[in-house]
Amino acid sequence: MSGEVIAFMILGFMAVAGAVMMINLTKVMHMMIALVLTFVSVAGIFLLLSAEFAAVVQIMIYSGAITIIMLFGIMLTNHQDESPSKVRPLGKAIILLGILGFAAVVYAGIYNLDFGTESARLHADNTEKIGISIFSEYVIPFELLSVLLLVGLVGAIVLAKKDEKEEGDS
Amino acid sequence: MSTVPLPAYLTLALVLFCIGLYGALTKRNMIMVLISIELMLNAVNINLIAFSKLGPAPSIDGQVFALFVIAVAAIEAAVGLAILFALYRNRKTVNVDEMNKLNHSS
Repeated sequence: MSGEVIAFMILGFMAVAGAVMMINLTKVMHMMIALVLTFVSVAGIFLLLSAEFAAVVQIMIYSGAITIIMLFGIMLTNHQDESPSKVRPLGKAIILLGILGFAAVVYAGIYNLDFGTESARLHADNTEKIGISIFSEYVIPFELLSVLLLVGLVGAIVLAKKDEKEEGDS
Repeated sequence: MSTVPLPAYLTLALVLFCIGLYGALTKRNMIMVLISIELMLNAVNINLIAFSKLGPAPSIDGQVFALFVIAVAAIEAAVGLAILFALYRNRKTVNVDEMNKLNHSS
């Protein structure tokens, strides 16, 4: 058993354990901590797949930015909630059954998938290759993404700011 | 040659996606629903990066796509939280069952 397999098993177990803990814990704050475990493990999986730049971005954006913004969301709303689930057991069972069926169908499609090809050189000059690809081949999606970021920024500010006129009315 | 086969990565992504889907459908706190959606997007990223290394045509494109997905997921989280704050100011709740103002029958 090589080191890569051992690392994959540890990281995969940590990712799934974090996700399961996220589902099962009752306190919202504990869920966020469990989710950070999952995000960091997924970054490790990216490293195994020789995507170093994506791994660093994953740690910065997911376990940094998104976790913090979600923590703000929890703290600015009623964070005392123990978030009890009001879904009936029957509804939960139906959802679980549907997801298990979905998982079985997808697994039947992927369990034997092997293309036998591998690009061994992806890890060399990873960031440089991504930069060349983004700014030559994918420059239009990149510019569209910048517009989307601006729209998201303005939209988030407009949605979240206090509406003084409406407050005066009510 | 990679010793971890492609189906192992895809299965891990499938498990994470299913856990995220279950959380998004059963959780009643809207923040938890948003977080579950982030988990599902993360599973998709694993797929993209696994195919970029072990797919039929290995290239850097999968990683570029994963970066785009991360950027869109960050925007989605910010806008989703802004909607959540606006709703919380008006309705004083984060429970998705009580967000039924557009529902005609209730």
